Amino acid sequence: MSQEADGQKVDTRKRKFLIAATSAVGGVAVAGVAVPLVMSMLPSARAKAAGAPVEIDISKVEPGMLLTAEWRGKPVWVVNRTKEMLDLLGKHDNRLVDPNSEQPQQPPYCKNATRSIKPEFLVAVGICTHLGCSPTYRKEVGAEDLGADWPGGFLCPCHGSRFDLAARVFKNVPAPVNLVIPPHQYLSATKLLIGVDAKGA
Amino acid sequence: MSALQKVMGWVDDRFPLTATYKAHLSEYYAPKNFNFWYFFGSLALLVLVMQIVTGIFLTMNYKPDSGLAFLSVEYIMRDVDWGWLIRYMHSTGASMFFVVVYLHMFRGLMYGSYRKPRELIWIFGVLIYLALMAEAFLGYLLPWGQMSYWGAQVIVNLFAAVPFVGDDLSIWIRGDYVISDATLNRFFAFHVIALPLVLIALVAVHLVALHEVGSNNPDGIEIKKKKDPVTHIPLDGIPFHPYYTVKDIVGVIVFLMVFSAIVFFGPTMGGYFLEGNNFIPADPLKTPPHIAPLWYFTPFYAILRAVPPMFGSQFPGVVAMGMSIVLIFFLPWLDRGKVKSIRYRGPIYKLMLALFVVSFVGLGYLGLLPPSPVATILAQTFSVIYFLFFLLMPWYTSIDKTKPEPERVTG
Repeated sequence: MSQEADGQKVDTRKRKFLIAATSAVGGVAVAGVAVPLVMSMLPSARAKAAGAPVEIDISKVEPGMLLTAEWRGKPVWVVNRTKEMLDLLGKHDNRLVDPNSEQPQQPPYCKNATRSIKPEFLVAVGICTHLGCSPTYRKEVGAEDLGADWPGGFLCPCHGSRFDLAARVFKNVPAPVNLVIPPHQYLSATKLLIGVDAKGA
Repeated sequence: MSALQKVMGWVDDRFPLTATYKAHLSEYYAPKNFNFWYFFGSLALLVLVMQIVTGIFLTMNYKPDSGLAFLSVEYIMRDVDWGWLIRYMHSTGASMFFVVVYLHMFRGLMYGSYRKPRELIWIFGVLIYLALMAEAFLGYLLPWGQMSYWGAQVIVNLFAAVPFVGDDLSIWIRGDYVISDATLNRFFAFHVIALPLVLIALVAVHLVALHEVGSNNPDGIEIKKKKDPVTHIPLDGIPFHPYYTVKDIVGVIVFLMVFSAIVFFGPTMGGYFLEGNNFIPADPLKTPPHIAPLWYFTPFYAILRAVPPMFGSQFPGVVAMGMSIVLIFFLPWLDRGKVKSIRYRGPIYKLMLALFVVSFVGLGYLGLLPPSPVATILAQTFSVIYFLFFLLMPWYTSIDKTKPEPERVTG
């Protein structure tokens, strides 16, 4: 496997080995340099620090009303559900994907029929679990465009996903799972803290 | 020897200037039977140059900062001399780029321009199309309007649907947990430098590959098979310059008439080129009541929406959308037809191509509409036809009754 060149024998095996070794070392160097470049695109220390909890005053949220607050750049809804709304919640379990909140989309203390700490107050991250649009609050029961059996809830304008007033997803819509309930706690009867669990919870 | 010849000789000894000019223009022989459909390649090149030039001038006044971006675009529109013209040229150019590229690709489908020996030209072309989609998507975030923000939110979340690594992947793309200043800044970097470089490189290899094998033509036959025995020039070939440069100039003039009419009289094109909601600054807490991507993405968006979630994940829809583009790469090997051009194809291919065009346009229309049960069923039907056009192609092109190809090109 050797050739004649200028009367001298060329060791092609050695040459192939040297080419492979040089390429491998060069490849490792390129990969090494790529690491800091790729890592620089991760959230910066400042972006990571921006996730502080937020306090919300819910005293002015009238029954039936929705309040939107911002937490980690995302909308967080607080809905004051009326008694009629709460009564309707249990009546459409067969049309829901996950009526009993089996998927870990909520803290353990909200894995209940209303997905909340206090039954009347729903606290949910208003970001659709499909592709991240913010659904619209559609509380009117039997709304014309949503069908006579619409119990009130949220409609995502982007791809038509539907959620009930406990932020549980209906069947046959693009969103696969219920909306996220963020960790939260009541500091007082009217003060809500989003982003931290209550101690011992 | 004239002074000019002396200068040219001096250069040619050091750089292949005359040889390059001959190889690609004055002695590049293109088939003499090009028709209307052959305008769009040169027009795409024209729009690329226009986008790069207007883009450079836009960056002189644009600020890639989530607090300043929206206002800097308004500043360009109101306070910068002729800023409105430069911006409207750029925004109209984006849509017109897709118009000419879609027509250019349809030409390829009609005349079998992707068939052997032009497989690589086709693959480079599809890569250009992909880079162009990425470029358009990245650029659309920059004005930082409501549609910019929520469009980016939806597309980046497509990556979050990838099993296991999706969440980390989407955070890496955004550089934050939500679309934010970090995202805007990096999209700007990709939009103004990284992807334009990729695009220019791909256009270069697309053209080098084209000039290596020579252009296809409406008859789908190889003009290189019949050459003059003395000169070795294809009998049905004419020099690209001056014959096709002059022809392309006519196309350029007509195109610029249409282009100027849009820029001056309807730059938003009724919401199809510039969406109304994008004149509202981005609000991370409120999605506009109806969001749809710009028209050139809607066929794929409709495919995405047509697929319901499976196993508690929207990943199947994302896969379907990805596959709808990946399949285009395989066209050269899916087509088993004995002839290339639609002129000599049988009725089955013509029917399938017609159904494909109807489905593609239909999906594009449905992707603009808000979701509804009827639209979903229609989109699902069109999506199935879209995929069958590709998947059944090896079968229906091989059984189709074709007509004999001519020996020489026909008018």
